[in-house]
Amino acid sequence: MPELNVNGHMYEVHATVGATLAEALRDELSLTGTKVACGEGHCGACTVLLDGIPTLSCITLVHAVDGAKVTTIEGLRDHPMVQSFVRADALQCGFCTPGQIVSAVALVGTKRKPSTEEIRHAMSGNLCRCGAYPKIEEAIRTWQD
Amino acid sequence: MARLIRTEKEVEGRYEEVWLVVDEDALEQWPAGPREIVGRPAERIDGLERARGEAVYTADVKLPGMLHTAVLRSPYAHARVPRIDVSPALAQPGVHAAIGPADLDQLQDECGYQGTPVAAVCADTYEQARAALAAIDVEWAQLDVVLDPDDAGARKQLVGEPRERARGDYEAGIAEADVVVQGEYRTQVVLHNSMETHQAVVQWVGDTLEVYISTQYIWGIREEIAETLGIPGDKIRVVCHYMGGGFGSKNSPDDFTFIAIELAKRTARPVRCALTRREENLATGNRNATIQRLTIGAKADGTLTALGGEYVNATGWSGWSSPVEGPMQQLYSCPNVKTTTYAARINQPPMKAFRAPGFVEGTFGLEALLDVLAAKLEIDPLELRRRNYAANDPADDRPYSGKNLIECYRRAQPHWDRRHEVRARSTATVKRGVGMASQVWYGGGGPPSYAWIRVGSDGRATVVTAMQDIGTGTKTAMAQIAAEELGIPFEHVTVTLGDSARGPFASISAGSSTIPSMGPAVRAAAADAKRQILEIAAQRHELDEEQLDIRSGNVVSADGKLDTPLEELVGLLESAQILGSGARGPNPAGMQVLTFGVQVAEVAVDIETGEVWVDRVAAIHDVGRVINPLGAESQIEGGIIQGIGHTLSEQRLHDPRTGQILTTSLDAYKLPTIADVPEIVSELVDEPDTHLTNLGSKGLGEPPIIPTAAAIANAIRDATGAEVHELPISREEMLRALKDAKERERDAAPAGI
Repeated sequence: MPELNVNGHMYEVHATVGATLAEALRDELSLTGTKVACGEGHCGACTVLLDGIPTLSCITLVHAVDGAKVTTIEGLRDHPMVQSFVRADALQCGFCTPGQIVSAVALVGTKRKPSTEEIRHAMSGNLCRCGAYPKIEEAIRTWQD
Repeated sequence: MARLIRTEKEVEGRYEEVWLVVDEDALEQWPAGPREIVGRPAERIDGLERARGEAVYTADVKLPGMLHTAVLRSPYAHARVPRIDVSPALAQPGVHAAIGPADLDQLQDECGYQGTPVAAVCADTYEQARAALAAIDVEWAQLDVVLDPDDAGARKQLVGEPRERARGDYEAGIAEADVVVQGEYRTQVVLHNSMETHQAVVQWVGDTLEVYISTQYIWGIREEIAETLGIPGDKIRVVCHYMGGGFGSKNSPDDFTFIAIELAKRTARPVRCALTRREENLATGNRNATIQRLTIGAKADGTLTALGGEYVNATGWSGWSSPVEGPMQQLYSCPNVKTTTYAARINQPPMKAFRAPGFVEGTFGLEALLDVLAAKLEIDPLELRRRNYAANDPADDRPYSGKNLIECYRRAQPHWDRRHEVRARSTATVKRGVGMASQVWYGGGGPPSYAWIRVGSDGRATVVTAMQDIGTGTKTAMAQIAAEELGIPFEHVTVTLGDSARGPFASISAGSSTIPSMGPAVRAAAADAKRQILEIAAQRHELDEEQLDIRSGNVVSADGKLDTPLEELVGLLESAQILGSGARGPNPAGMQVLTFGVQVAEVAVDIETGEVWVDRVAAIHDVGRVINPLGAESQIEGGIIQGIGHTLSEQRLHDPRTGQILTTSLDAYKLPTIADVPEIVSELVDEPDTHLTNLGSKGLGEPPIIPTAAAIANAIRDATGAEVHELPISREEMLRALKDAKERERDAAPAGI
């Protein structure tokens, strides 16, 4: 049975072989902040940090990441990026937003003040059908304000 | 006082005469311009819970004992099911029930499109349910497919009756024209692809059916289920606190909800039926393809003398014929107009409303051809549009309740004037240009809609209404309106919505109608509560209530002698509350309520590769009073970005032989990403519509997507001289248009040179 450190807490996961990390988080640990919008790694909604690296949890098998440190949106609830998204109105329906914020946190973790080009590059794997993109860019640009 | 009226009701451009009970308290509109709270930017009141992942969407609803559903869908675009036996699925692990066409009307044995639901299985897990589908014993008999809309038209294979709309004498208008231009335009099928797929969780509790569903219309879901199942509406509770996008595709329960209801009945367990992304791309609606054969006649000075259009909606196997001729009928003053529209029934998934259905497509054709006319007459395109401004609704001569399109044009002028500078930045291979297009759409909302408000002894207020916030920020706007009217801080207002058992009837969130329908009801409810509070204050302080008001959370008298916190007064209530109620009154009789706007796009075209970049879009719209400028800006940006996807990258493709859909995933179907976003400059005229409700506000959800494609196509024409006739403007289409332009130029050149 894989063991995961999720948001600082240790869990033994009972998922069947073949279960994804997203399923383990959502169905077993009830951490439903991580959304699944496509289920095949195309949209970025399910992004979590796996040992600090933004990772698509819907195409990551949970048994393959035994022992990993996982950070989900629930672990970032007090991160200034969350407030920045709200302040900039960087969300509309909000379904893609947790994934956007996880990706944004990973980006500013590697570079505190990313350029517009760097933001666009790092965030282009997170789709937003409402088109909150201009405000997402603004939220990431102003997250330390 | 409640009264019964006969009125016209409009949703997405479809009108019907209905009897309505309306109840309205006459309230004067606030003066124009920003108020204390209304008209000033407000953060979303539910932003934090959405951003933190705490908001519970239908996708997150997990009920004890809940089963999961998988649906067997037709793999063929046209097939019959001569034989089906679902019982072998019952023997599969985890399976609790299996149903087929014999068990439920929504499951079909005549399949007119790939994705038609045929059978369904529910099991302990989704994986078990999906695996069990393979055990269903089914025989498919493939039938011939009809995929070409013109072919369907020739065979009279139509959805509904063709629609003919005419005014004046079209032939005479053509005869008196100095110039006639014609063009055929085609638009593609695009998909809503909301981030949350269509889904519902249902359970029976006693004789009540609880339906958790991702929807734009809680009350529509309740009504349709009640009618279909023949049970009273009050025995159905529909819940949608948060939903992950709809864009027109989530107005009804659809087959998946009825499948879940039937399986819940059979298993006596809660049942989830959630579509996968692949199913979402097949069977949940789309903006249908169109063919538009258009003619414009005009005098040498640009005055329009005739507009003609033959429109084909490639509706799919069912649906309705969107008002694709609407812009031609309504955008410009022209005495002679003739349009025919028919809906071709083809073996493709059915259409659904998609953000300004018909008008997005129709504006592309009309506005692109209008620029061809402008070039031929050598008239500035913006000036041409000014010259054909409609002072009254050209379709029926009704006066507008409010129209500031000329003001939109005036504000667009500086953006339009950039075209000389933009063109000058062209290089040998990258050409730059600027284009514009106008917008007309509905967005007036209407009755009925109701709201309640309660003010507690702490001086805080809760708005209660069973509407939904589909992500547009309407919840926040309602809090602003309530706070403004009550005279209390914005932070002191909470909004409870999303539950048909926990609030009064509320509008659909479609047709740009939530704010214009709900806002006036919320304001009326707040005014009702305020009146009661001031009555109490008058008695408590022995003052004339006419002299009293609530400002910034304090009860104040006109002479300044009384200035006491609201909670001190309403504290008298202890745990009781002041209850106010409000209703949406009727729309102004005999008037046309519409929204207007203009967009100016700047593009760059690589004439060697056909690649098109949109560099900048300026949008100016007139939607009456703006409640929340921050949320409004987000709506405009979102509409334009969806418009850019529609114009440049999005296209559902099918196999031309079999009709099977080739683009069912988000890597094949190309949504815009953050890297595709241009500079967007937006502006709202923000003049209250003085004839419309106690707010003067119209909707903004749809207007911003309407002119984007046409403005981009016209900018391409400005940059390159190439006339684009098809969406999306793929590199292939762009290179074709460039080649045509070159040939036109060569043909026009004098011989021998």
